[in-house]
Amino acid sequence: MKRKIISTFAAVASAGIMSVAMAGTPESTDPVIVIDNNWSSQKVLARVAQQLLEKAGYNTEMVTLDTQSQFAAMGTGDAHIQMEVWEGSMNASFMKEVDAGRMVDGGSHTATTREEWWYPNYVEEVCPGLPDYKAINDCAEALSTPETAPNARYLAGPAEWHPEDVERVEALGLNVTIVNAGSADALFGELKSAASRNEPIMLFNWAPNWVGAAYPGKFVEFPLRDKENKCVTDPSWGVNPDMANDCGAAVGGYLKKGLWGGFADKFPCANELMTNIDFTGPMIDSAAAMVDVDGMDHDAAAKAFIEKNADVVNGWMPACAG
Amino acid sequence: MTKLERTQEQQDYRQRALLHLGVAAFIIIAGMLAKGQFAWVAKYPRKWTIPLKNWIADFFEKLVYETKFFEGKAYEFVPTDVTRGFVSVMEYPLSFAENLFFKGFQDGAPMPWITFVGLAFILGHWVAGWRVSLIVGGAFLYLALFSVWQPSMDTFSLVIITVPFVFIIGLFLGIWISKSQRAEAVFTPMFDLMQSMPPFAYMVPIVVMYGIGDVPAMIATAVFAIPPVARCVALGLKTVPDNVVEAGKMMGASDRQMLWQVLVPTARKTIVVGLNQGIMQTLAMVVLASTIGASGLGSKLLNSLQKLNLGEALEQGLAIVVIAVALDRISAAYAARPPEYIDKSLSWVKRHPYLVIAGMFTIVSILLSFMFPALRVLPDEMTVTTAPMWNAGIDWVNANLYESVQGFRNFVLIDVLIPIKTFFLAIPWPTFVGLIALLGYRMGGWKLALIVTLLILFPLTVGLWKQTMITVYMIGTASLVCIILGFPIGLLASKSERASRVVILMCDFFQTFPSFIYLIPVIMLFKVSDISAIIAVLAFALVPMIRYTNLGLRNVPEGTREAAVQLGASPWQRLIKVELPIALPEIMLGINQVIFMALFMVAITALIGTQDLGNEINRAKSGNHTGKALVAGFCIAFLGIIADRIITAWTRERKSKLGLT
Repeated sequence: MKRKIISTFAAVASAGIMSVAMAGTPESTDPVIVIDNNWSSQKVLARVAQQLLEKAGYNTEMVTLDTQSQFAAMGTGDAHIQMEVWEGSMNASFMKEVDAGRMVDGGSHTATTREEWWYPNYVEEVCPGLPDYKAINDCAEALSTPETAPNARYLAGPAEWHPEDVERVEALGLNVTIVNAGSADALFGELKSAASRNEPIMLFNWAPNWVGAAYPGKFVEFPLRDKENKCVTDPSWGVNPDMANDCGAAVGGYLKKGLWGGFADKFPCANELMTNIDFTGPMIDSAAAMVDVDGMDHDAAAKAFIEKNADVVNGWMPACAG
Repeated sequence: MTKLERTQEQQDYRQRALLHLGVAAFIIIAGMLAKGQFAWVAKYPRKWTIPLKNWIADFFEKLVYETKFFEGKAYEFVPTDVTRGFVSVMEYPLSFAENLFFKGFQDGAPMPWITFVGLAFILGHWVAGWRVSLIVGGAFLYLALFSVWQPSMDTFSLVIITVPFVFIIGLFLGIWISKSQRAEAVFTPMFDLMQSMPPFAYMVPIVVMYGIGDVPAMIATAVFAIPPVARCVALGLKTVPDNVVEAGKMMGASDRQMLWQVLVPTARKTIVVGLNQGIMQTLAMVVLASTIGASGLGSKLLNSLQKLNLGEALEQGLAIVVIAVALDRISAAYAARPPEYIDKSLSWVKRHPYLVIAGMFTIVSILLSFMFPALRVLPDEMTVTTAPMWNAGIDWVNANLYESVQGFRNFVLIDVLIPIKTFFLAIPWPTFVGLIALLGYRMGGWKLALIVTLLILFPLTVGLWKQTMITVYMIGTASLVCIILGFPIGLLASKSERASRVVILMCDFFQTFPSFIYLIPVIMLFKVSDISAIIAVLAFALVPMIRYTNLGLRNVPEGTREAAVQLGASPWQRLIKVELPIALPEIMLGINQVIFMALFMVAITALIGTQDLGNEINRAKSGNHTGKALVAGFCIAFLGIIADRIITAWTRERKSKLGLT
């Protein structure tokens, strides 16, 4: 706020010069506020955006927020940019702000996300039929824990991330008990423990995610979801003629950039830059690996990423950024 | 009282107890019978619920995005202008502290670590001599050596402003409450609500009203930390002995003199406990504050946890504890300092030796830090990290103890917890409400019965009954285990000065050590299940049971104890017949705090995976749903208040029986 007061001052003082020099970047000396979450890929992507904005002449500020408060903060204009909006876990909150006109969709990355049942590779030793979903019933016992036996135990994410899980289990006739973890930390805490003993486990996972690099594994292959989404809307579709949801989750969920609703008006050029930015899946993996595998800090990783991908990154820079 | 009267009273008491037991049996049987007959008894009908969560969400929508005062006039303003104005004022002291310790003024360097640590040693010595000097200086030296200096200073600059902010507001509210009955009537229930509402439930409203960053984090912290401070201050002032007050009056003290020179100094001890709680609660909020934009240790810690790097998280968590202990010890020592006599004839330098030394040290150390950059920012190769060791330790536990833990886990989960849960879920709601009402009536008459009934009806009418019953089952079980484990530890601690000191340090540790860290190891050993959630609650909620049992037993007057010895009581008799009854109020306060702490953990254990009210708050996150989170938060708070009211009433009755009031 203090900075805002000073910057207003500066803006008034320099108004005379501004009118002569014509508009350029930055349109406002107020900082562009970039959101910093708590996982590696997001942190590096946020810093890539930050460094590009600074290159274009903007003042920037990083702010750490969790995935809960960030949407409210972007709605009020306290924060401006979120580089990773995930379809699976954030769509509801995101759309609430977008529908109210307080946030705008900054466009999708080429990278898509996959969110599905998953297992580490060693599970195939006790359950060789995997990744086909039909194998689950054959080795339900091996995938069970005492409180779920004889059913297999599936460690799902928070129930509201994938509410169709319950019906899917029924529609596909799976002998599975769903246990809902409350957070990503809980999911991967269990995975870490199980993997250290090669204990069979089946859990919810997504890609891109660092977990895939640390613990090699595969997604369970359910019947493919059709494009028209009849699997969900039409019970007669699919392997079970009487029930809907007899298919896997959508492959290729969106990964979007989210912007504050007033962003384009206040920082038109930055807005252009943000809509241009487009990460592919491999780019996100390599950005995260710089931190998770090579042990760089997030700022250095972002810098290295920009240098390494200079061609692509320069293509994102709009003409107005000079 | 004659013997006859006493027997008469005992008879009355017995008759009353029998009557209540009969009513309870009636409620239970009637509930069971009605459950089969009427669907609305078995399950509260959905159409009877009130859409309170939508009303709250709409209210915030309107307040923040639509309301305008004096619309069209020159001085038109929106509600957030007021809150944001407050934020901009509070940002001045905060950004000053940030620049001093962390960012540096005008793009310059912040205070070098060597200066900071040195000043901490000097300050400690000035306040209370070598012991405190070593604790405080050593604490900050630890932060520098263990490569957490940067985030620690970030957190420190927030805490050093928040603690006085919390304390001053708490102090004034406490004074007000101690003077005015009306203030007490208004603030007591408000404090109950503020203390027992999980902070997660009000994070989004705070973001919407106050924005993000350090000031909103400070406000969220204040909501949580002010009540214990104000309560301790009020308690301290109210318990100042009458003869002290009389003496003050005889000296002709004015109201102001009476307050600041008589009452406050006399109540110093209790006020310092309040300050301690203010500090502990503030540091306990560091991790939660990082979810709304306060950078520093909290966000680093969440990041480490996300990577499952427990060792790193542990070090960051320890840094939080270290800051808490340093601040607590120095403020407690300062408050306990005897007034100093200053010889005015001496020169200024001689009268202020510490100030002179500190000033000289600051100048010299800053100059040195320009020559030796390592004194300004300790290079990474000179710092120590224990993270790999902790990680290896956790891996070892996981590899070697996992198997043996599983038998215990499966037994407790399948043969104990799941049946208890099934039992709680099978209780028809009219039975549960009836029993709570009866309990309220027995403990505190019609008035209490009415209060607790209204409070327990709340979760029912907002449609969260099932989640509430699961919460009752989880919290009830966890609290029971806390009481069973905590009581003997507190008892043992009370027997010796040294044990007591160790136990108090442990209590401070567990109160400020971020509970998020327990989640991962617990999950690694016990998997996502109710038992994991209950164990995580234990680690946090055990503290007050130990603390207050110890406190209560140590406060038993020496004379009373000796009298019992002289009457020939065995140590066992002395404990059961004399010490425990006298310490009962404190012990009950401990149980009360156990329940509040356990309820506080509900929102955090939801991250493990539960189906209770905490999960409801967790779910509200995914939908960014303000109303839903607050309503679930109210349910949790009301459970706490019900327990508190019933325990308080029961303790009051016991106290008057013992003639303690």
